[in-house]
Amino acid sequence: MSSIESTDVVVIGSGFGGAIPAYHLAAGGARVVVLERGPHLSGEEFEHDFKLGSSYTRVFDFVVGDGMSVLGGNCVGGGSVVYFATMPRAPGFVFERHGSIGRRMWPASITRDVLDPWYDRVSEALPVSMQTWDKVPYAGGLFAAACAHAGHTANPSPAAVDVERCTNCNWMMAGCRFDAKRSLLLNYLPAAVAHGAEVRPLHEVQHLTRNDDGGYRVHFRVVDDSDYRILHDAGTIDAKVVIVAAGAGATPVILQRSADTLGAMPHATGRYFSGNGERLNTAVFDEDRVREVLGLTRGDGQAYAANQIGRGPTVASWDRLDGTLPEFERFSLEQLYFPPGLGTILAQTPDDGDPRWFGVEKKEMLRRWQSWLTIFTMSEDDNEGVFGPPPETGNAHRFSQQMLGHGPLRYRPTANTWRGWNLADAAVKDILERDGLAKVAPWTNDLVGAYTVHPLASCRIGDDPETSALDDRHELRGHPGIFVTDGSAVPGALTVNPALTIAALAERAVAGIVRTAQERGVAVTYIGDLPEGTSSSLRAVAVGA
Amino acid sequence: METEAQNQDPARVATLEAFADTIVPGEKRSPDDRAVAGVAAGGGAVASGALQLLEEPAGGISEALDALVLGLNDHATEYAEAHGVALDDGVPAFVSLPYEHRAALVQQLTTPGHPEKQVWVGLALFSNMAFDSASHLGTAEAFAAGHPGLLTIGFQPPGEDGLNRFPDYSYGRPLADLHPDTTATGSPA
Repeated sequence: MSSIESTDVVVIGSGFGGAIPAYHLAAGGARVVVLERGPHLSGEEFEHDFKLGSSYTRVFDFVVGDGMSVLGGNCVGGGSVVYFATMPRAPGFVFERHGSIGRRMWPASITRDVLDPWYDRVSEALPVSMQTWDKVPYAGGLFAAACAHAGHTANPSPAAVDVERCTNCNWMMAGCRFDAKRSLLLNYLPAAVAHGAEVRPLHEVQHLTRNDDGGYRVHFRVVDDSDYRILHDAGTIDAKVVIVAAGAGATPVILQRSADTLGAMPHATGRYFSGNGERLNTAVFDEDRVREVLGLTRGDGQAYAANQIGRGPTVASWDRLDGTLPEFERFSLEQLYFPPGLGTILAQTPDDGDPRWFGVEKKEMLRRWQSWLTIFTMSEDDNEGVFGPPPETGNAHRFSQQMLGHGPLRYRPTANTWRGWNLADAAVKDILERDGLAKVAPWTNDLVGAYTVHPLASCRIGDDPETSALDDRHELRGHPGIFVTDGSAVPGALTVNPALTIAALAERAVAGIVRTAQERGVAVTYIGDLPEGTSSSLRAVAVGA
Repeated sequence: METEAQNQDPARVATLEAFADTIVPGEKRSPDDRAVAGVAAGGGAVASGALQLLEEPAGGISEALDALVLGLNDHATEYAEAHGVALDDGVPAFVSLPYEHRAALVQQLTTPGHPEKQVWVGLALFSNMAFDSASHLGTAEAFAAGHPGLLTIGFQPPGEDGLNRFPDYSYGRPLADLHPDTTATGSPA
């Protein structure tokens, strides 16, 4: 009989929720193994190519659910490799939200003020930097000018991008070829490995079982390198502590599947999913009106025609992030880029009539693709997503060899969610159609449901055991030694891009995880240094703050 | 860009082409082209290689195509009966439908609540991807071959090293007032 591999801590997933605890635990002396479902790509492996099988289709997943589809990372570095690196902090009112549960959704111990020192740390480690107008790409500039024309403010969003290295190629979703995007491949993950952590790509965790010593056995399958529909060997690793950070579309599925052996999961596991209130509108600009009304011209004489140029979202309007407004009526609007393919099929022609997402008029709209501007709404949805029974393996029935699958998430937007979306649609229309600048229409929800790139809250922290699967230390209720530190843990929609908040919560959770690991006999201390290469000015955040 | 498909059952090919052409229509390849309805100028999904992409095993839809062809023509026959549209026996039922009826049928099949919605949306998604992202080809290769879809949308081709770079990218000046509550870190308060 072969010996069972064991370690101190297994981390499932290598995005923000996984890489940050992996780094701190390894730095503190724990033996750490990170199991990542996707491949390990970096630098020159990131291609500018739409071909099936290129990095573009290998590093992210698009999981179609019933009423909601989720786009997420599927690679070492997780979401940080495929995201657009827009890193605002969540506005203070978000932490006071009640949603529909009649009480504060967030734990009493967490407010914006409490989280600010943790935001500071992540901002330094990645790093995140303020952006300046002189480096804002055309699309962000166009949105800013349209906002100003309509009497609104607009801000260049803080970003984890080294603008000096950036070529504004807009291929960020395929991984950054130029190492300009400050993904986890450049900070927390190499630092974790330098401290002895092992990162194992193409290891998809299926479920957990409990050992007699109170630790856990993590059961995985090895995923084929090129055809993710094919699973190879099965294996196990024992650990005293398990950190589940597979992303909000996968973490609850692993836990649900584990209920057969671990016992019942908390009621909120796989419930209260939020799509971060996300919705998209596409505008097609009249180039002449851009020049005449907004006075914009590029060096080459064109007014805009620059949809392809840039680095994802760079400018946002925060006028509706007003804590005095009623809940479900607050949202931010952000200029965004989506590549062709997934970014065009759902866009609708602005004029009424059928069909609006395909056909003759849609093709005419596609001819003007370089004059498109996509506006991203992040609002307050109602945490109405629920995961059904888990698929046989993974978090989806994989349809294509990479990227496309069907998952068990069901989402039926409530009237509250629609209130925010309708207000945001109207605001976008008012800003962009003013004086004939553009014609605008929201993306259709008819094909793949609503669409989120920021899945949240499917296994969330909170004070109320009925509506939160985790306590405020991110420990899974009723299953000591299991922690969840990814977007699943965020209680609800944030009205802004969530990556910095997910990362800050993970930073905050580490000290508590270390204490539990110590109680379980792991020789580990919480040092709290940031990955090498960042300054040490933020080392002194009080443990447990 | 249609080599492999040409060797297959002509009715199967025509049906799939007619579906792809409904999603992103193009001009007829010849006066007697039945599959392509010819309702839009320039190449559409068919000329962009939609059949090649659909036949890619990596896409996951290739094994279902035979069943989809049968299903689509059954739906087209029912549709024609329900709407009093005369069909031409010489071609598959879906191919026989005029464009506006093909579009109306696709609209029905992809409407929320239709039991087969998922597969028809998948077929539409791949048809669209063939046109605007040439996912069956390398992007550089697609440009070299004069891919109609990428050229129609005006996608800027990669440079000689296969990479896009845009050295001119900014209007270079402030274009709006900042939100008054912006914090020192550049975030909302």
